[in-house]
Amino acid sequence: MSEAISTSYLECLLKSWQAKPAESRAWLNQLRAQAIDCVSTQKLPTKRDEEWRFTDISPLTTLPYRPSQPDSALKIEDVQHLFLDDAKNRLVFVDGHFSQSLSAIAEPAALIAGNLSALLSAQASILESHLGQYVPFDHNVFAALNTAFLQDGAVVIVPKNTVIAEPVHLLFIATQHEVTSYPRCLLIGETGSHVTLIEDYAALQQAAYITNSVTEISLAGNAHAKHIRVQRESTKAFHLANCAVALAHASNYQSVSISLGAQISRYNLDVRLTDEAAECTIDGLTLISDRQLADTHTCIDHAKPNGTSHQQHKCIADDAAHAVFNGKIIVRPQAQRTNSSQSSRNLLLSKTAQVDTKPQLEIFADDVKCSHGATVGQLDQEEIFYLRSRGLSETAAHNLLTYAFGAEIISRIPVSSLRQQLEQAVLDQTQSNPS
Amino acid sequence: MIIANSPTILSVQGLRASINGTEILKGIDLTVRSGEIHAIMGLNGSGKSTFAKVLAGHSAYEVTGGSIQFEDKNLLELPPEERARAGLFLAFQYPIEIPGVANTQFLRLAYNTVQTQRGKEELDPLEFDDFVREKMKLLEMKPDFLDRSVNEGFSGGEKKRNEILQMALLEPRLSILDETDSGLDIDALKIVANGVNRITNKDNATILVTHYQRLLDYIVPDFVHVMQAGRIVMTGGKELALELETRGYDWITANKQPVAGVSA
Repeated sequence: MSEAISTSYLECLLKSWQAKPAESRAWLNQLRAQAIDCVSTQKLPTKRDEEWRFTDISPLTTLPYRPSQPDSALKIEDVQHLFLDDAKNRLVFVDGHFSQSLSAIAEPAALIAGNLSALLSAQASILESHLGQYVPFDHNVFAALNTAFLQDGAVVIVPKNTVIAEPVHLLFIATQHEVTSYPRCLLIGETGSHVTLIEDYAALQQAAYITNSVTEISLAGNAHAKHIRVQRESTKAFHLANCAVALAHASNYQSVSISLGAQISRYNLDVRLTDEAAECTIDGLTLISDRQLADTHTCIDHAKPNGTSHQQHKCIADDAAHAVFNGKIIVRPQAQRTNSSQSSRNLLLSKTAQVDTKPQLEIFADDVKCSHGATVGQLDQEEIFYLRSRGLSETAAHNLLTYAFGAEIISRIPVSSLRQQLEQAVLDQTQSNPS
Repeated sequence: MIIANSPTILSVQGLRASINGTEILKGIDLTVRSGEIHAIMGLNGSGKSTFAKVLAGHSAYEVTGGSIQFEDKNLLELPPEERARAGLFLAFQYPIEIPGVANTQFLRLAYNTVQTQRGKEELDPLEFDDFVREKMKLLEMKPDFLDRSVNEGFSGGEKKRNEILQMALLEPRLSILDETDSGLDIDALKIVANGVNRITNKDNATILVTHYQRLLDYIVPDFVHVMQAGRIVMTGGKELALELETRGYDWITANKQPVAGVSA
């Protein structure tokens, strides 16, 4: 895409911002103003940018995706099928706008959870010290745009030593055509707290729209968070997401990210182990077909000693789909006795499907245990023979192994209703007819 | 058990097979009748595991000569799944791990596929659960076996027990146990052998492919065959296994006379 198109596209987006009302909080206004400045100094990335070399996002600029407007007409019956039985804490956002009537918090005494604007006065200092602090936007035009448009957002604060039994479901529902929404999430896990957060992007129809989301997670000492991220957007949509996680002393972060939807999706996950003995487990599954493109870029940054990270990323690409995985692991000089493993396994179901996988290890400490491996291929013939020798047809064996390949990641989701939904989604997409 | 006039289950004649152009099986003749237990012994590379895989229909091997008759069927015309449905079972030397599929799910799928083929009723998950738990007692398996992914993280002994559990569920006419004793400690070996002994009866037959005589202390064969360089070079009764245990395999090459009074 030419520079002129890119610049005018961004200008056009920013103009729609001017109409927004100014917030009474000076720090928030300042944050947005900085973000707007950053947008105006950046361009949309192209394939010439190293970080975007596999992912061409120029189709984004072909439509005038205006900012979405709140739509209050949506009834609970329209979206109930997206709710999870075993996640009774729920914040719902429709096209990026908070919906009070669709949301519910089961543990209001223990958990601080709600829309950003509603919590601004009660939680002023904690929000000011965390919001916009983990996802930098000076070199990230999408994060800058999200921050410039920052209005509604899911805020979840888990107080000190509090264990939240019910998962917190952040449900982002797309309903409109040709709009951009800017979902924003902030999770603050205070010392010794435990929480399970589900960040869920779904659509009510096969519409073309843009989701540009930013999620920030900060875990204090000994805090535990399980973060399940489900991207099941319309397959005509664009999904651009940035998530950053900061881990303090002996905190524990486990994430499972599932990418099923969107025409083009990009997920950046940055996890920084900022203090000693922090642990993270990062699992991902991309399951795409037709002409979908799904790009996952992760960076796990070990800054302090005795940290642990385990990562497994899997892609299943069918038809002419294209999956990208770039997994960077940094072990800084101070981060001695780091234990890190990374595995990227990829399954191509058709001759025209494509996977680009790039493990990127930058190790500057000498006393570390780091392993990584990447495979790209078809199903294993010995595995198929094993199943056929038990009576399964070749097609059934093929389908079962493809399903299993994806289900291994799904099985790590600790919320059974969501796990069942996703197992069904994997089943639907991996059950081919005899070929 | 050797039963007079019992029907022939398997008849192999002049079987030749190769992999990537290298001939491994160089003319095998073997007849197995209902009720019998056959042991096939031999050194590494003698072709005994290849023979097991060719019987099960592994596509990496090309059959270049001979015939295999399985009851009324020409086995060589059938893909692996149809051999399984017809009642042939191979217990793998290295069972495959399938992370992401619960063992119970896999076992039920295999069971129902074979049942349907035999014109019998499928079992729903609850019915199957009762059925499989009963069979698991044969092999002293813990119930959590069912919920774990197929063979994933199983010890060597657990994997082999899982193979014999499948044998118990699928009720084959002919079972081929490929090095089922390898990697087993003596306790696990006894459990596995006991399971096999309770499955074998006058209406089925078993081929044990093994290196060592040890397994044959617990599963007593009616016939012992020695394979060398892709052929069965000697056949005897159970005492032949003991002789191999003390004398090794070297003497056979020099003296290819079958033990008096027994023929294949």
